[in-house]
Amino acid sequence: MVAAVMSDAAPSAAKRRTWTTSINAWLLLLPAIVLLATFTHYPILATLYHSFFSLGRSGPAEFIGLDNYRYMLDDDVFRQVLRNNFIFAIATVPTSIALALLMAVWVDKKIVGRSFLRLAFFTPTVLPMIAVANIWLFFYTPDYGLLDQFLRFLGFAGHNWLGDPATVMSCLAVMVVWKEAGFFMIFYLAALQTIPPELKEAASVEGASRWYFFRRVTLPLLMPTTLFISINALINSFKLVDQLVIMTKGGPNNASSLLLYYIYEVAFNFWDTTYAATLTVTLITILAAVALTKFVYLDRRIHYQ
Amino acid sequence: MSEIVVNAVSKSWGGVGGVDRISFKAEAGTLLVLLGPSGCGKSTTLRLIAGLEEVDSGTITIGGRDVTHLSPAERRISMVFQSYALFPHLNVAENIIFGLKVRRVGRAEREARLKKVADIVGLSHLLERKPSQLSGGQRQRVALGRAIIAEAPVCLMDEPLSNLDAKLRHEMRTEIRSLQQRLGMTMVYVTHDQTEAMTMADRVILMRDGHIEQNGAPHELYNEPASDFTARFIGTPPMNIIGWRDGSLLGVRPEHISLVERDGVSARVKAVEYLGADSIILCDTDGGTVCVRQTGYCSLPAGAQVELGWQNCHIHLFDKDSGKRRTGGVSPH
Repeated sequence: MVAAVMSDAAPSAAKRRTWTTSINAWLLLLPAIVLLATFTHYPILATLYHSFFSLGRSGPAEFIGLDNYRYMLDDDVFRQVLRNNFIFAIATVPTSIALALLMAVWVDKKIVGRSFLRLAFFTPTVLPMIAVANIWLFFYTPDYGLLDQFLRFLGFAGHNWLGDPATVMSCLAVMVVWKEAGFFMIFYLAALQTIPPELKEAASVEGASRWYFFRRVTLPLLMPTTLFISINALINSFKLVDQLVIMTKGGPNNASSLLLYYIYEVAFNFWDTTYAATLTVTLITILAAVALTKFVYLDRRIHYQ
Repeated sequence: MSEIVVNAVSKSWGGVGGVDRISFKAEAGTLLVLLGPSGCGKSTTLRLIAGLEEVDSGTITIGGRDVTHLSPAERRISMVFQSYALFPHLNVAENIIFGLKVRRVGRAEREARLKKVADIVGLSHLLERKPSQLSGGQRQRVALGRAIIAEAPVCLMDEPLSNLDAKLRHEMRTEIRSLQQRLGMTMVYVTHDQTEAMTMADRVILMRDGHIEQNGAPHELYNEPASDFTARFIGTPPMNIIGWRDGSLLGVRPEHISLVERDGVSARVKAVEYLGADSIILCDTDGGTVCVRQTGYCSLPAGAQVELGWQNCHIHLFDKDSGKRRTGGVSPH
């Protein structure tokens, strides 16, 4: 009798409790959801939506299907900035990673002035990109820039580094590597310090040379860090374009323009917002593909402690 | 033959853990235990033999070859670390054959030796696992496998069992000892656990503050401790040391004290620890607390007055100031 009453009451009480818990949970999630939806999810969907419509300067916007994308594939400037962007990524990502690793291994050792060196390597990171661009602009300025002054001192002729399509990308790549490598070094340094020193001793008892140990033990144990850094570096190479505004405006003749900078030009100089939306969707697709590769494929192949 | 001779070796960092002009010899094919409390220099000694630290002075020879200034690899030794030092990204098989790969041993021989060693240490079914997927005891076996696959004549062990639970430690103790005897290795084994030292060693070197306190077979350390330090360190419970006449210390093992009817040293029972096969009776005397081992169960209540007696042939006398053993100073009756 009592049991029957209990069993009748129990489910509804339990249900009410579950319900209160979910309300609580949703309320706690609400601030984050509102912010994400307003400033991330909605804009992405809106961008995707607009990329299927005509601009509508002289009348209402019309649905034009994939016309914008067709136009994009025929756009020589788009092809050029995409090519530039890939060249830029290939030039900066591996170099800054290799440099970061080299610096980290160096300042991980017990050497005089280690803290000072670490600080020196890290300084470029704390500078804003705008400041960095201004500093390097002074290096690259023709005739009275630091680089030209130095070359003249050695007896060489000056060069318009940022004005020459053949050199402008290399110049920007060097600057970005200089700025990024110190930041990545910090991650490598932290990872190096988690490797127990006994591993090195065990390897030396087994007769492994320092290079063998580095190649077969240190590098594999640093792989999670390397992956993290390379994804970040790759994303940065698509996302960091402040220097173009200061130094080249994408010139000469789009030789240094990158995809994001081109989107900015199309959207806010030419006011072709639907084409800019199309380009943005392309950029988001590229970045999403990079992130997906990490989560789906690479994470499975790497040893995590 | 691969005996190890350490001759007047010193190493200091200006703090604890150094060693000061120590000399000893480990005979080929025997197990030598370096025993002592933490900071006594036993691990330093082992690392000096391994070549992981440079000596300040003195010489080390292995198998008649002067290795004092050789690298660890050139000394032809293997070593097991306290933390096992397994490579976390390599599986069991790759961990064990790491050294063979370094020395470019051919694939066929590598496989054959791996199979043999995996059988010896009982890991044949776990070769594909990563260290993180193994229990403490299994990791210990991987470390052991990596040490013996090298077939080095000398094996050094740095507190290899201190991360294991009591039952496993007991099993591994027996296993390591029989492995050492079967393979005929010269083994130097560092521990702070006197039970490990007593049960495994052919010879025990007890160290204290960077010098050797006593060097001898386990039964010599137990039956004829050279100092009150040795007497207090060896045995569970250790030897009772109480103040005695004319500036000396008197030591008697708990099993050599018995409760007598009269004419003994009077004492009061403080507590009784029942261990099953025997009981340890803790008694307060004028000279300090004394442990008495009695066979079987002891029903004495705390606070009971008892008389303690022992035979003169069982007592040890030590100098109060130097702590050194006094020989022939024991007057019979």
